[in-house]
Amino acid sequence: MNFEYFFALLLGGLTRGSIYALIALGYTMVYGIIKLINFAHGEIYMIGAFTALIIGGALSFTGMNPVLIFVIASIAAIIYSAAYGVTLEKLAYRPLRNAPRLSALISAIGMSIFFQNYVLLAQTSDFLPFPTLLPRLKILALIEHLISTTQLLILISTAVVMILLTLLIQFTKMGKSMRATSQDKQMAQLVGINVDNVISMTFLIGSATAALGGVLISSHTGQINFYIGFIAGIKAFVAAVLGGIGSVPGAVLGSFILGLTESFGTGYISSDYEDAFAFIILILILIFKPSGLLGRKENEKV
Amino acid sequence: MKDNKKKKLLILLLISFVALGAFANGQGETDTIKIGVAGAHSGDLASYGIPSIKAAELVVDMYNAKGGVLGKQIELVIEDDVCKPEVATNTAAKLVGENVIAVIGHICSGATKAALGIYKNEQIITMSPSATNPPLTKSGDYPNFFRTIAPDDAQADVEVAFAVDKLGLKKIAVLHDKGDYGKGFAEFCNALLETKSGVEVVLFEGIQVGAVDYSAIINKIANSGAEALIFGGYHPEASKLISQMRKKNLDIPFLSDDGVKDDTFIKVAAEYAEGVYATGPVDTTSNPMAIKATEDLMAKYGEEPGAFFLNAYAATVAVINAIEKAGSTEYAAIDAALKSEYVETPLGKISFDKNGDAIGVGFAVYQVQNGAYIQLK
Repeated sequence: MNFEYFFALLLGGLTRGSIYALIALGYTMVYGIIKLINFAHGEIYMIGAFTALIIGGALSFTGMNPVLIFVIASIAAIIYSAAYGVTLEKLAYRPLRNAPRLSALISAIGMSIFFQNYVLLAQTSDFLPFPTLLPRLKILALIEHLISTTQLLILISTAVVMILLTLLIQFTKMGKSMRATSQDKQMAQLVGINVDNVISMTFLIGSATAALGGVLISSHTGQINFYIGFIAGIKAFVAAVLGGIGSVPGAVLGSFILGLTESFGTGYISSDYEDAFAFIILILILIFKPSGLLGRKENEKV
Repeated sequence: MKDNKKKKLLILLLISFVALGAFANGQGETDTIKIGVAGAHSGDLASYGIPSIKAAELVVDMYNAKGGVLGKQIELVIEDDVCKPEVATNTAAKLVGENVIAVIGHICSGATKAALGIYKNEQIITMSPSATNPPLTKSGDYPNFFRTIAPDDAQADVEVAFAVDKLGLKKIAVLHDKGDYGKGFAEFCNALLETKSGVEVVLFEGIQVGAVDYSAIINKIANSGAEALIFGGYHPEASKLISQMRKKNLDIPFLSDDGVKDDTFIKVAAEYAEGVYATGPVDTTSNPMAIKATEDLMAKYGEEPGAFFLNAYAATVAVINAIEKAGSTEYAAIDAALKSEYVETPLGKISFDKNGDAIGVGFAVYQVQNGAYIQLK
């Protein structure tokens, strides 16, 4: 067994899993609080990547330090996408909050198609080059075939985001309100929690992490177009279901399982079946543990 | 009484049909040589077919002005097949009814195949400017079929010859995008590589179009010990693959097809595109006859040459030249002339091999040098 090859696949799988995780967080948090599958979430990720492309492209004319441009572009993407996420919730989901769940779901699919076409018209259907802003690190020169600078950045950023998010949910007042709202919206309202604010906050955080994922992956692959959110969104959704939708650690676990399966499946079997591996795992889990790996079995309220 | 009238009417109709048929036949054999032009002239693929009408008209006008061929004027019979196989059979039957001695067309491979059986039975030379499906010539089923465009597998021939003979590669990984075009190309390459002694295909796989990254497959290529990668597919995946390969310090040659020989590829892959090889049709825009054909088109129709315009121009020239050289409109004579005589066309000097593929028309290898594709000699 070639240990180096195994290690390269492992790191590749973790990278992919990190990207899925950054997107899956949004799916799982939104579902956990308002029981809605936000199918427009993949498009928020795509909009994040586009924002970074535009801001990064504009700033690169100023001759600023590329790393600084990358940081500014990422922050801009996060803010812009978060604004999109909150607006999306206000316009498309809030009016339907007391409507049947199916209406909100259809609204979500509609918004997804709307965003794709909006970016298509406003930008272009072509693939666009994403500027190379991050230098290749010298210390990585020897092991660059195992892990590249962008991969390393993805892994580190994801770890930081996960830690911050855990702290936010476990130890802050906002986190406490979020947990309360997800347990029982009506009761939370009765004890004085502003549910609308909590929901907006959830969309804001989910959109921000998705946008970060979009920026990171675009700088990793070096290209974007209006359609990248679709496949990434579907995969992240699968990851969230795999881990148990509604559970934050579950989404992360599901994402890594999915990423590693795809990476090792490609490496040791064949990339012909890359997508098949993901869905086989999903089917197996849904057969043996329908609530997902870390999902709680919900008791129907009577 | 009534029955009788019906019978009479029927007989009258039958007689009139025979008479009309004879009339039509008689006219066809008199003073012109008829050449059919078939292809998509309407519908969503019309942009592929209409340039071939204009090309044929320009060539025929040129010959007619000089007194035609074999002392007769040439007449074009233009029929639309909308690139649909089911329509193409009707189109072919109509052209046969018009007594054409040759057909320029059809445009799409599927429609061409459907029409070819009819022409074959009637012994009519058929020459397509654009149908690239390999079995049309290679299967030997249609001895009456010729084309002035290189078949899909010719591209793989050029690619493999370049990789093995020029670059001297021994271990090659072949990837494709699972699409009809990319996978077909990759399979042709794979089959050709297997016939070369001492060359090993270390990897043959399809990749997932639109996947978030390709690091796993790139690690796999590196691990397989491949000395080069041949990719069948289009430029979005190619640019993703090449930039990730280079970022991972996998500096092996990257060879691809004319789906990648596109300026968008260079724009997106930027500095990583440098040194990439891709096959594409041989550039003939500097050929004097091509320049003249394009000028004539501008003068007569005020239009830029569309898809396959030069190929259709070459096809018409080749057919008329063969009739002239054969000195006859007999099928066997024209067939022999096409396969033996060389003719000057906008695509260069061409003749046809025993399968009907044009000799001298083909693909060339290009390489990205300083941000542009350069044709390699």
